Amino acid sequence: MSPLPVPTALIAEDEPLLAQALQAELARAWPELKLLATVGDGASAVAQALALKPDVLFFDIRMPALSGLEAAAELADDWPQGTPFPALVFVTAYDQYAVQAFETQAVDYVLKPVQAARLQKTVAKLQQALANRALGAMNLEANLENTLDQLRKLLGASQPAPSAVAPLKVIQVSVGASIRMVPLDEVLYFEAADKYVRVLTAGHEYLIRTPLKELLPRLDAQSFWQIHRGTVVRASAIDSVTRDEAGKLSLSVRGRADKLAVSRLYAHLFRAM
Amino acid sequence: MRIDWIAKLQHLLQTMAFCLAVATIQYAFLPERPYAPPVAYSLAIGIITWAIIDLGRDLFPSARETGWPAGATGLLLVVGGIVAGYLLGNALADMACRSFGWYANAAPVNRDNELRNSILITALAGIAGTYYFYSRGKSAYLERKMTEARQHASEARLKLLETQLEPHMLFNTLANLRALIGADPQQAQVMLDHMVAYLRATLSASRATSHSLQAEFARLRDYLELMAIRMGPRLAYTLELPPELAAQPVPTLLLQPLVENSIKHGLEPQMQGGSITVSARREGEWLTLQVIDTGAGFNGALPTDSGFGLAQVRERLAAAYGPRATIEFIACDAGGSRATMRFPLQT
Repeated sequence: MSPLPVPTALIAEDEPLLAQALQAELARAWPELKLLATVGDGASAVAQALALKPDVLFFDIRMPALSGLEAAAELADDWPQGTPFPALVFVTAYDQYAVQAFETQAVDYVLKPVQAARLQKTVAKLQQALANRALGAMNLEANLENTLDQLRKLLGASQPAPSAVAPLKVIQVSVGASIRMVPLDEVLYFEAADKYVRVLTAGHEYLIRTPLKELLPRLDAQSFWQIHRGTVVRASAIDSVTRDEAGKLSLSVRGRADKLAVSRLYAHLFRAM
Repeated sequence: MRIDWIAKLQHLLQTMAFCLAVATIQYAFLPERPYAPPVAYSLAIGIITWAIIDLGRDLFPSARETGWPAGATGLLLVVGGIVAGYLLGNALADMACRSFGWYANAAPVNRDNELRNSILITALAGIAGTYYFYSRGKSAYLERKMTEARQHASEARLKLLETQLEPHMLFNTLANLRALIGADPQQAQVMLDHMVAYLRATLSASRATSHSLQAEFARLRDYLELMAIRMGPRLAYTLELPPELAAQPVPTLLLQPLVENSIKHGLEPQMQGGSITVSARREGEWLTLQVIDTGAGFNGALPTDSGFGLAQVRERLAAAYGPRATIEFIACDAGGSRATMRFPLQT
């Protein structure tokens, strides 16, 4: 048996002092761990993780541009097949996601300020997981599925309760100087685009300013499915879903020519009955 | 509308007891006449008057809050109730006395005298009874209002505390402090001092209602210093307070929610961060306070998300200066936001 390769890690934390502190604590708890990079925002975390392929990711949950949860979901989407997905550890100042429930699962978390004893437990778990992986004892697909499953739950927990707001019936769109009332029944899908959301019907496209995050709780989850961070589709308008060579899902919508990418996070919606 | 039937029953019983008391007094004046007729008249008039006024008042929409119809309607209801009670009650009691033979062999009476007496008694008893119920209802209403106001005030105070001591802010700051203790003890002490000042100001802000503009800016500096240590080069800030305005009184921590909004919605979501400028200016007899940032600007989420902070500032301004205070909030598409408030200078 060849010796275990040197374990590698990436830290994503937007507060520089906290990134340094975590690095110092890790050096004490796990001297062999090699830190590949430290980044300060979610988008760079995804890019650097894809480029460096570390074994372990420490993601702060609140980061600019892309939250730690969103970054992890995006990373899972773009992660090449055949390479083991890194072990995820979320670092958060406040336990708002009731993360205790996940303590024994694939995704771990550490509370800030990071306590040495707690970090030691996390390190032991990570070492165990890496050892399993080196022995080939880990099912890569199942591991990724587990991780996605937990990300889905965590992302779900960070959304407001749907019952708190009135359901949407019409979308008010400003067109020039007037307001156009677009019945929700005509909408095929919503797509986030920078600071706007595109609203697409069979014949038209409108832009609204209400972010997708605020629209989502006001849509009926049975008729509108989120299929990507920035895409929500009317389920009954979905025509077909196809998988390409790289294993990525995309779907086509009745009445429109465009193809929509389906995130791995939501791929579970499209299993054959 | 919900009617409290138990309270109504209590009112009815109180009315009946009052009627019996009136009848007894009448009997005491003329003991040679039978007791039954004054009791019958008094009860009939009293109960009908009670029914019209006490049950009728709930039919008026304006009675929902206070329990009494507003203005002339209430007066009309009382007068109408007493007159109708008198006419109907008299007829009813007369009928009852005749059919049961309660008049017996009473001496014939002077009808003019009788009429004057009964009208007088009904009017006096009606007014006394109504006044009794009215004042009781009013004091219950005032008590309820006061409890509500107290509750509202403590809720607002709690909410303010909750936003100031937001757990993310608190634990991230503590985590930074913990990191600094090892790396740079001197800097850690400075940070701890800012944190102590910030916490003290937050906790006492619910007690004192106003302090000087200088104190306000000092508290903002504590907060911004804490955030500057946390955010590193992503946060730059400027505080501009002309010395002649330093003593101006302002509501405590008035600007705090605006600066927090700038950090939370402007700078934190933006990778490169940005800068915040807080300034005070004198314009004639007016004081202008401004919070400007170079953050993400309008992102659609602002009106609801930062709603509490802005609404709270608006409310406190209105409470302190009335309609003369204005606040204007502009968030740009291209980035950056600006909050401007103006209120009269105190001389």
